Amino acid sequence: MEPDAAETFAPEIAAVTMAASPPSRRRTFRWRSKLEAVVIPVGVILVSMILFGVFVALQGADPIAVFASMKKASFGTWFSIQNTLVRAAPLMLCALCTAIPLRLGLVVIGNEGALVIGGLCATAAGLQCQNASASTVHIVMAATGMLGGGLWIMLVGILKQYRGVNETISSLLMNYVAIAVLNQAVNTWMKDPDSLNKPSSYPIPDEKMLQPFGDTQIHWGLVFGIIYCFCAWFLIHKTTFGFQVRTIGANIRVARLAGLAVGPVTLITCFLAGAAPGLAGMVEVAAIHGRANESLNAWYGYTGILVAFLARQNALACIFVSVILGGLLASGGILQRAHHLPDATIVVFQGIVFLTILFSESLYGRFKFFREDTA
Amino acid sequence: MSASLGFWEIPIAVLAGAIRGGTPFLFVSTGECLTEKSGKINLGLEGVLLMGAMSAYAISYKTGSPWCGLLAAGGAGLILGFIHAWLSQQPKVNDIAAGIAMIIFGSGLAFFLGKPYIQPLAPQLPGLNLGGWSSIPAIQSALKICPLFFVGVAIAFAMNWFFRSTRWGLFVRAVGDKPDAARAMGISVWGVRTLSIMAGSCLAGFGGAYLSLFYPGSWTERVSGGQGMIAVALVIFGRWNPVQCLWASLLFGGAQALGPALQSIGVSSYYYLFNASPYILTLLVMIATCSDKKQLAGQPGALGTGL
Repeated sequence: MEPDAAETFAPEIAAVTMAASPPSRRRTFRWRSKLEAVVIPVGVILVSMILFGVFVALQGADPIAVFASMKKASFGTWFSIQNTLVRAAPLMLCALCTAIPLRLGLVVIGNEGALVIGGLCATAAGLQCQNASASTVHIVMAATGMLGGGLWIMLVGILKQYRGVNETISSLLMNYVAIAVLNQAVNTWMKDPDSLNKPSSYPIPDEKMLQPFGDTQIHWGLVFGIIYCFCAWFLIHKTTFGFQVRTIGANIRVARLAGLAVGPVTLITCFLAGAAPGLAGMVEVAAIHGRANESLNAWYGYTGILVAFLARQNALACIFVSVILGGLLASGGILQRAHHLPDATIVVFQGIVFLTILFSESLYGRFKFFREDTA
Repeated sequence: MSASLGFWEIPIAVLAGAIRGGTPFLFVSTGECLTEKSGKINLGLEGVLLMGAMSAYAISYKTGSPWCGLLAAGGAGLILGFIHAWLSQQPKVNDIAAGIAMIIFGSGLAFFLGKPYIQPLAPQLPGLNLGGWSSIPAIQSALKICPLFFVGVAIAFAMNWFFRSTRWGLFVRAVGDKPDAARAMGISVWGVRTLSIMAGSCLAGFGGAYLSLFYPGSWTERVSGGQGMIAVALVIFGRWNPVQCLWASLLFGGAQALGPALQSIGVSSYYYLFNASPYILTLLVMIATCSDKKQLAGQPGALGTGL
């Protein structure tokens, strides 16, 4: 049995009140911890580039030339910048699916599934109302995509909250279920008989697609992504609801003791998290593929997990990190063409970066130089 | 001949699938079971499975001996296991995040290094023909069993005995349940966990070798199909007991064969959803058995926590 509740929680409550009270030396600029927050990520990038350089050199390619062409292919020309931004859009939306629940202390990795379901729902709804005006079609598609993705991840939250099912494993399994549902749908109920090589749904009419801006390739997806990231950041950091989320994430027992509605907050947060990749799925269909098929399952979701951890769960940082990783994805092709390296080279680089970042988490607070109290 | 079997094709196909398709599940789930008994989660077995499949195929092709390939797969598992063990035991590093990173790293490495081996044919592991008594080809092919299956079954029972009746098994369980108490007894928590993760990962490497060298018997980037990720769910399904992991693996192998079997007799309307039946089955079992009130029976007390 639990020991006396008041006794158990006393130190935790004390810790929370202390954290809430203003720090004693508020006016002094805490440059040491700021410097730490810059030096360690920069170190991560340098170390992972060195490791990757060694790996590439072992494969007989010139690391400097590889980095140069990666830079050129991702940010070198206006065309490649467009290509990068087009890939960054679904990435930032997918990243939110992991980043937002991480604030609750939940590791949700159902990004890929929520994207697929969102794209599928959006396509189904868009096909139903394809005779309406283009903007109506877009609004209906976006709403159903978000609803589909949101409910999909909310189910993960429900299972966690009311049945104690581990959210990481259930969301992982649901990715496979989502892909199976997609395959089933495009091979039977929604199948366009003309799509022989790659079973697909009927297409959204061309004039009802999300149009790119001017003569660029960039489309509304990027705008949606940036707006969603800003809203998520505002919600988590500037609202009462966000405070509840962060309290639950910091210490669920204190949150319960303080009378927070842990269940509803968890479910709403999961819904908002899942709606983001759902929207990404809608954008992928409405702006790029034009129909639902297995191209939806393009690993944006799994890369999004990496973005969320790289951004240290900060929704605004997700925008920045997505652009960098979007560039990395965009440079996959040139490594194959110019350096005869397989396209999986980029995946190896992602893996190295991810491992280095995780290791760097353990470095915070380990160096005496960065401690404020040494001053 | 096979046409006359009619409905009986389904149970035979499911039985064959249970043995044939269940073997990789058996290796990854017993490996994950050992890892989790020591209190750590290794979600990265998917990466290990792919690396194992790739290195087994490549070495078998280079040396002409599938057994050398098997050893190489085990070695790849040990190395990746060590990286995971070292990383996941750093302070503030989450097991799950480390596992996802290992999936990306391991699969990237396997795709990268395995690119030249997609085309050539490598020597395969031999199968034991236990169906010679029957004249029906379906039964004969169902009972063509890889020796690794029996090794896996033996490992499952041996591991059960190891946990129950040996001094080292007690160490592993102690470290997984109460690391502080184990440390007070003078056991090296770091050492036991590292060895458990490496051994578990080595088993997953053998599972990968089975994929590329026996069934389906070729190296492609889709050869594992997420089987490494299900390992974690299988262990929960099997209640952290290696023998129950064996039954769970057979069940999953059979469930995997259900979709194609139904299609072969003409029931194909829900083919793609049937392919997802192992995942749906796991979810349903977890929903039915988990509880938000208490830990599951058999779950190591310190599972997923740091040092």
